[in-house]
Amino acid sequence: MSRYVIGRIGQAALVLWAAFTISFVLLQALPGDAILIKFLNPELGLGPEQIAEIRASYAADSPLPVQYFHTVANFLTGHFGYSIHAGVPVGELILANLPPTLWLATLGLLLSVVLAVTLAALSALSPLGWLRYFIQSIPSFFISTPVFWLGILLIQVFSFQLKLIPVINPGPWEALILPVLTLAVPISAPLAQILMRNIDHVLTEPFVAVARAKGASHRWVLWKHVAKNAFLPTLTIGGILFGELLAGAVVTEAVFGLNGLGGLTQRSVNDQDIAVLQAIVVFSAAAFVLINLTVDLLYPVFDPRLRVRQGAVA
Amino acid sequence: MTIAVNIRSEPADVSKPPVLEISNLAVSYRGSDGFQRVVHDVSLQVRPGEVVALVGESGSGKTTTAQAVIGLLAENGKLESGVVRLNGADIAGWSQKQLDTIRGSKISLIPQDPTSSLNPIKTIGAQVAEVLQIHRHGSRREIDARVIQLLSRVGLSEPELRARQYPHELSGGMRQRVLIAIAIALRPALIIADEPTSALDVTVQKRILDLIDELRSEYGTAVLLVTHDLGVAADRANHIVVLKGGRIQEQGPTAEVLASPRSEYTRQLLADAPSLSHVRTASRVRSQRVRGGDDAIVVENLVQDFTVGGRRSVLRAVDGVSFTVQRGTTHAIVGESGSGKTTTARSIVGFQKPTAGRILVDGIDVTSLRGENLRRFRKTIQLVYQNPFASLDPRQTIFQIVEEPLLNFDPLPREDRARKVRAILDRVGLPPSVLARLPHALSGGQRQRVAIARALVLDPQVLVLDEAVSALDVTVQAQILALLDELQQGLGLTYLFISHDLAVVRQVSDTVSVLHNGRQVDGGPVEDVFLRPGSAYTRELIDAIPGQRNTDSH
Amino acid sequence: MTGLNMIGRSLLRDADIIENSFPRERRAVSATRWLKRIKSAKPGLVLAWFVMAVVVLWALFPQWFTSYSPTVGVARQQLRAPSAEHWLGTDALGRDLLARIIYGAGNSLSGALVAVGVGLVVGTTLGIVAGSARGRIDGAIMRAVDVLLSIPQLLLSLSIVILLGFGIVNAAIAVGITSIASFARLSRSEVVRVRASDYVEAAFGSGGTFSRVLLRHILPNSLTSVIAFAALQLGWAILTISTLGFLGYGAPPPTPEWGLLIAEGRNYLARAWWLTTVPGIVVILVVLSANRISQSFGKGRG
Repeated sequence: MSRYVIGRIGQAALVLWAAFTISFVLLQALPGDAILIKFLNPELGLGPEQIAEIRASYAADSPLPVQYFHTVANFLTGHFGYSIHAGVPVGELILANLPPTLWLATLGLLLSVVLAVTLAALSALSPLGWLRYFIQSIPSFFISTPVFWLGILLIQVFSFQLKLIPVINPGPWEALILPVLTLAVPISAPLAQILMRNIDHVLTEPFVAVARAKGASHRWVLWKHVAKNAFLPTLTIGGILFGELLAGAVVTEAVFGLNGLGGLTQRSVNDQDIAVLQAIVVFSAAAFVLINLTVDLLYPVFDPRLRVRQGAVA
Repeated sequence: MTIAVNIRSEPADVSKPPVLEISNLAVSYRGSDGFQRVVHDVSLQVRPGEVVALVGESGSGKTTTAQAVIGLLAENGKLESGVVRLNGADIAGWSQKQLDTIRGSKISLIPQDPTSSLNPIKTIGAQVAEVLQIHRHGSRREIDARVIQLLSRVGLSEPELRARQYPHELSGGMRQRVLIAIAIALRPALIIADEPTSALDVTVQKRILDLIDELRSEYGTAVLLVTHDLGVAADRANHIVVLKGGRIQEQGPTAEVLASPRSEYTRQLLADAPSLSHVRTASRVRSQRVRGGDDAIVVENLVQDFTVGGRRSVLRAVDGVSFTVQRGTTHAIVGESGSGKTTTARSIVGFQKPTAGRILVDGIDVTSLRGENLRRFRKTIQLVYQNPFASLDPRQTIFQIVEEPLLNFDPLPREDRARKVRAILDRVGLPPSVLARLPHALSGGQRQRVAIARALVLDPQVLVLDEAVSALDVTVQAQILALLDELQQGLGLTYLFISHDLAVVRQVSDTVSVLHNGRQVDGGPVEDVFLRPGSAYTRELIDAIPGQRNTDSH
Repeated sequence: MTGLNMIGRSLLRDADIIENSFPRERRAVSATRWLKRIKSAKPGLVLAWFVMAVVVLWALFPQWFTSYSPTVGVARQQLRAPSAEHWLGTDALGRDLLARIIYGAGNSLSGALVAVGVGLVVGTTLGIVAGSARGRIDGAIMRAVDVLLSIPQLLLSLSIVILLGFGIVNAAIAVGITSIASFARLSRSEVVRVRASDYVEAAFGSGGTFSRVLLRHILPNSLTSVIAFAALQLGWAILTISTLGFLGYGAPPPTPEWGLLIAEGRNYLARAWWLTTVPGIVVILVVLSANRISQSFGKGRG
């Protein structure tokens, strides 16, 4: 591995550690015992031994720095603490809630990419100025739409007015249609805008004129020269896209009453379930850092200009 | 590289029908106030094997005319009327689809800027092959073989390696060769060369123009050469068309246009083009030099290193440069890109600390200055930048720009400052009406005058002109050079003139240093260096100055 | 949350996009120029300013626009469809929807202003310090900004809301804190860009001291795109605060707040479509207007 790769991985680890520390300061450095007192709530049905165990797992009786190192060690060994609300280990809760959100987010991402590419392609291929202007202004509407409102509107139109999708007990796929659409539309908008802007920009590059001068048609140029050059830079927003998908999932799951990581997040905020929220924050920061790391390391594979500088395999 | 055949010796064959015939061409652009016509009533002919030069300054419509011929006007451009006949067929009204069949095969383009004219993420080979694929010339294997053949034909070493490389791995000159290979791949009847060398160094420019000449005579292709440089046109064209404001000023055989220009504008262009007028200016009476060792600038053994790639490797940008400049004279530093000329200038002005060596300006050791002393030193020496669009703060009025240096030192009362600003603007030939304007409302030449006024308002001893006229049109350049000359006579200024343009240097300077890869390869009084160059590199530079073939023959 | 801020955030990883989206070149503003600007203004932009003006007036003088109370319902007028009496209908407690939207403007707008204010002041200050100081200070600030960016904005603002407690001001502050990173990155890159320009070097070259060059050249030329970005963020903040309101972390129930209005209307989807649809359209119009205005700032022309 080259120096660049090692340096980049080290940097990612550093960012992740700092994100963990921020979440610790925000969430756990609060009067810690006040939170732990909630475990004494008889409704949870925890015996004194279990409570003592939980207290020990938080190092609740130690000074803050000790608690901090304790938590770091716990996270590194995969122990994320206990949910106050559910009384089960946080790791289990997250694992249980991950699959539905992964489905939702993956389908949402796919649909938003399809939407964005379709809009960008339509705008690039449209022969008429006013039509292109119209297509290019669609994302501004998408982008200004509150996600939760869009979800509600879709329920209203498709479930209540048109009665296409039942509100109660829909099939597993039927239940996903509206949430995926709700999630995809707002995320497709910035993607479409960035793609359109990149396409417009690449079309003004002299190498496009040179390609036209070779006798290439507008379509040929778009497909062979513009597409890749316009699409490459959107890779760099992969991490941000992930964050938006997760945020979108929180709202979408709230609107449609779905179970998943988003619902879990909302419940943990409502119940002040600190351990759960912290684990989710650290988990998503880790995913963000990992995605950006992957993009940065893979980018030279797609863009030859970066190969020499970064010393990767040419 | 061998010198190509002198194309002027082949007379254009009048009996052959023209490859390209433009009659009464008119082109408009749609702006905020409707369509505005930028090319009016242009008519010209290009015969087989002939080079026709379209010469003009910025805004003359020369590039628009060329784009209209190949059907690649900007999206808001419109070919309003006129006929464009290619091999007899009128293509002016053709659709893009029809034009696609002839672009690349019958008519091709050599673009202006080789750095951005190749797709950065496709290999050289793929981009040359593309033109063959579009017009379906042979199997994949045949195309691959033809690509290698073409790359070696345009003078690229190791063509197999080049075909696998990406554009950023090649130099500007090599990339332009690749673009030429694309243009000649299908042996078109007409090549449009749109400022093919203006982004290249002068020695590279000569080699590229020689290559185009050579291929043209070999294939019998006609060339429409778009250029701002009358010298290039004089060297390379059989026929010159002079454009101004979208109208043809005059056209005719090259020798005729140069020897007896009929239009006032062509006469002006000829007089202002330094490369064509050096014979006259060589005899110019030099400024009254103060004899007797009063040196304004002394540079001894200047070395400047830069660290690149994070402390790992060191680049020596300037390596042991020494010269002295007498007060009241002009010293030029000449070199191509990467020669270290701008680095030298910046060290002298005190923008960076030299790695080694000594710099004295007006007796002050620049290298030891720091903090407040360095700030005080700014009154002694001022820099004028190449690009007047970037060197003026877009948010300040002209008055504020010129006034600012005065505010930095012992503030004068407000009225005195205003008086001084007005006086200096008058001195550089700007009317008081510009005072309240912002830079974007001024032309390039006016902006450069503002930059000069800002530099002079502190009454400095030395002015460093870093390519200060290179971005300007030739007629504007001549005016600024005249202004600089007049200011030098009147104020006794010392100039350090940084330039890549040897013709201008010969015209304006008393002494010269020639830099190459950071080393000084030549130096001394300007005429000595030009007439008896001390190094092979200097000789090559001088030979590469365009516009010599015709002036030499007269 | 929404995708709106993705543009803002994406810019931060891709410097050239900033170049395109906020071309600078500002004209001096004189009376005649303003006149000219108004004359040549595009209808979309005029509409955007009109929408913003109306909403600001709603926020400042809600009583001018409606005589109904936003919080006290009228008995036996529950869930009335839009009519001459109640233009936008009434909710389940018989409260006039138009009155609730009009009174809600104050909450939404002041929340957005607080959020943008926090991000603008803290973020821009950090960015300017980083861009001017360079070296280690720059490195330290920008690494901290990287860390802030690594936590998805909604999660970060939820964590802050937990720390500060629920409520509209706290939600606004939380939203503001999450935008600090974007402001810091943008203003730093602008300062670095302007610092590298010839005219800044020329200002040093004519004897300018650092503080003078910073005040006269670097700041005025850097802040144009920061201000355009702030207008963009205003729209984004309105959306995000309404999202937090919808989730129940913003204003407590009787308060009229746009996100909360939609959340409350949710329970009557089948019977009273107007309760959710209309407030959403208002939010879209306001956010679209803020974006359009931001665009015109960025381009410096009407």
